[in-house]
Amino acid sequence: MNKSNRVRWWTYLLLGLAVFACLFPLYWMFVVATTDTATATKLPPEIVPGGNFFHLAGLVFTTVPFVRSILNSLIVAGTIGIGHAVLCSLAGFAFAKLRFRGRNVLFLSVVLTMTVPTQLAVIPQYMIISSLGWVDTLQAIILPGLGLGSAFGIFWMRQHLGATISDELLQAARIDGATTWQIFWRIAFPLVRPAAFVIGLLGFVTAWNDFLWPFIVLKSPEMYTAQIAIKALQNSFHIDLGLAMSGSFLATLPLLVLFVFVGRRMVAGIMDGAFKG
Amino acid sequence: MTVTLETRRTVPEVETRVRRSISERLAPYAYIAPFFLLFAVFGLVPLLFTFYVALFDWNPIGEHVFIGFDNFTRLLGDARFWNAAWNTISIWLLSTVPQLLLALCVAHLLNHARLRLAVFLRMSMLVPYITSVAATAIVFAQMFDRDYGLLNWLLGLFGVEPINFLQSVWGSHLMIAVMVTWRWFGYTTLLYLASLQAIPRSLYEAAAVDGAGSWKQFRHIALPSLRPVIVFTVVTSTIGGLQIFTEPLLVSRAAPLTCGPVRQCQTLTLFLYEQGFGQFQFGYGAAIGVALFVLIVAIATLNYVLSTRIRKERG
Repeated sequence: MNKSNRVRWWTYLLLGLAVFACLFPLYWMFVVATTDTATATKLPPEIVPGGNFFHLAGLVFTTVPFVRSILNSLIVAGTIGIGHAVLCSLAGFAFAKLRFRGRNVLFLSVVLTMTVPTQLAVIPQYMIISSLGWVDTLQAIILPGLGLGSAFGIFWMRQHLGATISDELLQAARIDGATTWQIFWRIAFPLVRPAAFVIGLLGFVTAWNDFLWPFIVLKSPEMYTAQIAIKALQNSFHIDLGLAMSGSFLATLPLLVLFVFVGRRMVAGIMDGAFKG
Repeated sequence: MTVTLETRRTVPEVETRVRRSISERLAPYAYIAPFFLLFAVFGLVPLLFTFYVALFDWNPIGEHVFIGFDNFTRLLGDARFWNAAWNTISIWLLSTVPQLLLALCVAHLLNHARLRLAVFLRMSMLVPYITSVAATAIVFAQMFDRDYGLLNWLLGLFGVEPINFLQSVWGSHLMIAVMVTWRWFGYTTLLYLASLQAIPRSLYEAAAVDGAGSWKQFRHIALPSLRPVIVFTVVTSTIGGLQIFTEPLLVSRAAPLTCGPVRQCQTLTLFLYEQGFGQFQFGYGAAIGVALFVLIVAIATLNYVLSTRIRKERG
């Protein structure tokens, strides 16, 4: 495919276009988030940020309890992220390194759950949450989130654990009298921590950005996650695009900052997944 | 990383020789139990329960009456349902096919050993993925706006009359498809790129020596080894693409639950939400869920048949 060693100029041109397409909408979000209505509805449009960012950001915080929303999102996404990292490692460890009856069938059923469309079952899901008395609570999002998104993580951690940890090492630990839990927690988990970190990150991002389910179960503004707060801003009396954009930008900012620091590992993690080889 | 489907059995395991306590024998089950428990309670049971609720006239605060298949007969005669089903398929096709092709092209471009800025380029591809659907929908809705949208302003420079994307069927479908494509193509690109990089370079070199051109190399070396990941992305984007909800809900500020006054971009999941949580008809909403399930299974089966047929033709 890559006959010559030199990279052609048009490769860079096309990739440059792709990068532009990926980044421009975010830049544009910031531009509209910093201009007032009069500028936002002007033609030709302003393509540099205006000076209105703090005014609009202030409006975001007074229109909806936005600090609380960000906090809720952090609680939900943080718990789900950490939960995925631990639960996927644990289950992946069992499937990769322990022998038990029904292992292969159970593992196959984990993989198959990835093909189960669960979003169309929101009505019974709501009934279950409602009968537990959890409507308008954060655990109504956290517990389903821990279960429904983690099949891929289990599959992925199983591959990592299988390749990283030798049976000899486990046996040496067993002869020394270590229990299965000690082997997992003291030996296996520390060795695959980077992989578990990526799974946790993916879980965090997915939970942070989730919309449909929080939209259904969260009723009061104090319980909103950041995404639902954006929707509330869009509905608010200010028929002002800048406000919803400002909220969108503020809700995206934490992830962008996180991405600057860990994006490299996320990319490597996604690419280092199950599909190589 | 290589796929290890079987753990190695060369060394006899110690645990078979040592008589283990009950807690040790139950440990593996305890480690996988949280997933199965949570998936059962919040995934599988609700899915099965959907089929049950669909047989009732079920009001969330009142009572529920068994009505057999009445919800389904009503559904089949409901023009709003067929409209939503058509919209769902249309948006799914418009977003999945270009997304996967685009990802294939960009992955091919990125798969160059001497590419500069490789880390930056790859990271940029993932920025849309970390942006929320809600934020994406709001930004793109602005860009596609009839009066003040960036796109219509650009088109206007070339003398094109402003297009009211949101109000037309094709325009609104296209707009939503662009959002979905934007958010997912970079992630898909990275998956494809990972597969491409796993192909030994010597294979290409050998093919080049044998006189295979760029296209032939792609067709006969890259494509066959990309097959598993392509099947995976087709399956996941089908399951996700047919359940699209957030984008259509957020693009129309005037009529969010129907995605515009004439339901021009209302998808099945949005129709389900409208009936279930807007009109409080849980039974009818569940029937829509069942219909969506049937649609997903039908398309998944079609995918499967097509991909096995392609494999057979190749020999």
